Amino acid sequence: MPAKRHAASTTSASTASTPATLSSGPATLKTNASAAEIAQHVWQQYLATTSQRTMLLDAFMAFLVLVGGLQFLYCVLAGNYPFNAFLSGFCAAVGQFVLTASLRMQTSDKSGPVVSKPSSKGKNARFVDDDDEEQVSGYSHERAFADYIFGSLILHFFCINFIN
Amino acid sequence: MAESSLDVLLKGSSGRNTRGLLRIIILLTIAAAAVSSRLFSVIRFESIIHEFDPWFNFRATKYLVQNGFYSFWDWFDDRTWHPLGRVTGGTLYPGLMVTSGIIYHILRFLTIPVDIRNICVLLAPGFSGLTALAMYFLTCEMSSSPSAGLLAAAFMGITPGYISRSVAGSYDNEAIAIFLLVFTFFLWIKAVKNGSIMWGALTALFYGYMVSAWGGYVFITNLIPLHVFVLICMGRYSTRLYISYTTWYALGTLGSMQIPFVGFLPIRNSDHMSALGIFGLIQLVAFAEFVRGYLPGKQFQKLLTSMVFLVFGLGFAGLILLSVSGVIAPWSGRFYSLWDTGYAKIHIPIIASVSEHQPTAWPAFFFDLNFLIWLFPAGVFICFQKLKDEHVFVIIYAVLSSYFAGVMVRLMLTLTPIVCVAAALALSAILDNFLVLSKPDPEAVAKASSDDSKSFRSSRNAVVGIYSYFSKTVVTCSMSLYLLLFVAHCTWVTSNAYSSPSVVLASKMPDGSQFIIDDYREAYYWLRQNTPDNAKIMSWWDYGYQIGGMADRPTLVDNNTWNNTHIATVGKAMSSREEVSYPILRQHDVDYVLVVFGGLLGYSGDDLNKFLWMVRIAEGIWPDEVNERDYFTSRGEYRVDEEATPTMKNSLMYKMSYYNYNSLFPAGQAVDRVRGVKLPAESPQLNTLEEAFTSENWIIRIYKVKDLDNLGRDHNNAVAFDKGLKRKRATKKKGPRVLRTE
Repeated sequence: MPAKRHAASTTSASTASTPATLSSGPATLKTNASAAEIAQHVWQQYLATTSQRTMLLDAFMAFLVLVGGLQFLYCVLAGNYPFNAFLSGFCAAVGQFVLTASLRMQTSDKSGPVVSKPSSKGKNARFVDDDDEEQVSGYSHERAFADYIFGSLILHFFCINFIN
Repeated sequence: MAESSLDVLLKGSSGRNTRGLLRIIILLTIAAAAVSSRLFSVIRFESIIHEFDPWFNFRATKYLVQNGFYSFWDWFDDRTWHPLGRVTGGTLYPGLMVTSGIIYHILRFLTIPVDIRNICVLLAPGFSGLTALAMYFLTCEMSSSPSAGLLAAAFMGITPGYISRSVAGSYDNEAIAIFLLVFTFFLWIKAVKNGSIMWGALTALFYGYMVSAWGGYVFITNLIPLHVFVLICMGRYSTRLYISYTTWYALGTLGSMQIPFVGFLPIRNSDHMSALGIFGLIQLVAFAEFVRGYLPGKQFQKLLTSMVFLVFGLGFAGLILLSVSGVIAPWSGRFYSLWDTGYAKIHIPIIASVSEHQPTAWPAFFFDLNFLIWLFPAGVFICFQKLKDEHVFVIIYAVLSSYFAGVMVRLMLTLTPIVCVAAALALSAILDNFLVLSKPDPEAVAKASSDDSKSFRSSRNAVVGIYSYFSKTVVTCSMSLYLLLFVAHCTWVTSNAYSSPSVVLASKMPDGSQFIIDDYREAYYWLRQNTPDNAKIMSWWDYGYQIGGMADRPTLVDNNTWNNTHIATVGKAMSSREEVSYPILRQHDVDYVLVVFGGLLGYSGDDLNKFLWMVRIAEGIWPDEVNERDYFTSRGEYRVDEEATPTMKNSLMYKMSYYNYNSLFPAGQAVDRVRGVKLPAESPQLNTLEEAFTSENWIIRIYKVKDLDNLGRDHNNAVAFDKGLKRKRATKKKGPRVLRTE
């Protein structure tokens, strides 16, 4: 459920702030801005910095959230009679969402905004370690995509087996 | 071990291959040692299935091999739990049977004709070899030292804590489950380290396999989320964590729901809720992290705190609401007994009556783990020093499983792997520091000091190190001594404590020769040969699986214990007077009653010693008719001799155990060797049952339930008539309760 809630909040945020794209918002944010302003700011930053391919993934994720939400709504309203079927449908949506999110994280890390801070303590040293690891072990986009396919295959095999 | 001494010779890039080869050879040797140390029972006795539960697994495997997978999946077993039957296919963990079925078919395909029984007997040792390998991989993830993994593998291979459940013949779920547990944890650590979907998906696959194999999968279900939760709380959230956890959860949950016995539990049962909760939490954290990329710190803080409180409150309230309204099942009883050790005894006697659910006695830790148990804290301390993600995992696992192992004897099994990891970490640290025997020439000193300075800041400038041969020798020798003692201890424990099949008993004659007591199989074989195929056997539930497996006769209750009322019925029949029991026996079509009696031989695991549990379980259902207090004397003693209470003396169990027992002894000398008491001079009277079979050492006694009397008399009178006693008018008038049921 919390997965869905989080997802719902993404969509609601995006739908709420869609008009904001038309008006040109402030480029920088004041310290005590309201929540709506912050959301607007985030949305514009997002539009500005995200690559086309990542946006495609995001659109797919939004679609999955929609599918999952619809199934859940149906379950709440019309009862969960073929519970197996509902569960596998819903799990397919959630699982695919999660996998896509993972793919997005793996592929968009370098193009996206990188949160790197000057390292001063052990924790940040670890941060640097991570970056090193990711660059050295080299999760190429192809590898990430192959993993994604692998995960999705397993997911859908389970779902089809479970759907009865 | 041998490798590290050779290391000096094999340094350099050319030595790498040699070292790799050595490592493989050592691992294979360890696996071979693990397998062969479990074969004591096969060599000493024969290739036979042990104990109780394995007999059911064996029977199910035979069914699977004969009838194919689909009919196994839909198996309704009408030969157990008479007259109810059991939906066996949907109420077991099929992983074990399917594994050995697959091995059987592969071997058949390779035209190696192996009996399915031998596969079942040798499955556990075989998998223990694999466990040692999995342990090597897991420990190698924890430490950079090459010796740690090998040490852990060796420990895991021979530690008695694991051997106790995996000797040849103990064909139980744990046989493959521990391998799966360790391997799943290895894959999980790998996934967290690499942050790849592939490792996460593999973790989920092996988790699914684990779910199909053992009910203990709940341990993984809770441990991995806890690990993630602790990491998040430590501020160590990373994309790697998100990827591995969500992949594992999404796939693993779906995978676990494929098993019919588990079904919808992962979303209904509270045991699984923590995983779901963490799944939600990590989504939120990921989203927050995503937003943070676009925002300066201040506003983000504001946004975050409000969001966290809102969502956490909502989720918690939702969970409580769902639990109260009953959508989510409450925690299972076994789970409660983990937290409150007295819970089971009060509420669920059937769980408390199993000896492996009792709290652990402290010597058991040393007995099962020997010197690992005191290296264990040192290893955990080393993990605190390094404290990377995987070390956090070790610490959490160590804390949790130490607690659980203290609560339930059988959970010693989950403690063993982590003890092996931690002890191997500690021991390899010691050996690495002490074993390098290079002479302290200036170059080596400089090198060693620079090496030291990496780990100890305080000793950066001073040339500090252990160079005297004396201290090195002392430490190394004492450690090797401990290792040798460990091996000796393990071998001794395995051979003496854990290799007895408990179907066949062995004892020593006064002259030291071995004396095999084979009463169980004698009696079961008698049943198989001398009773009709459909004869219903009533016994206490401990022997249900064995009767089903060895005698192939229908039973009333067995070790599955899914229906407490039915067990209580049997308990009531055993603990009541004949007048009460006989109608129960008739109603349940019982043809034979089987009791286990150790009085002649001094075999303490007999039914009279379990008798109080029968009484307690029966009392749980019929508190008016059965009362535990009645079986104790007025001074609160549990006695079976002259001073036993009338209720005790009249109970069916007592009568069946001691019927005709005094004929073995001179008059008035009958002695019960288990309880060490002298018995009453005359044997108890049995009216409604007749003795059918008693095994060589009197361990198993089988009684046939008499049919109704031909002349319509009740059995009391019929027996009295046969003995030539005159019918007494007075008793006729008052009369004991009439026995006719129809």
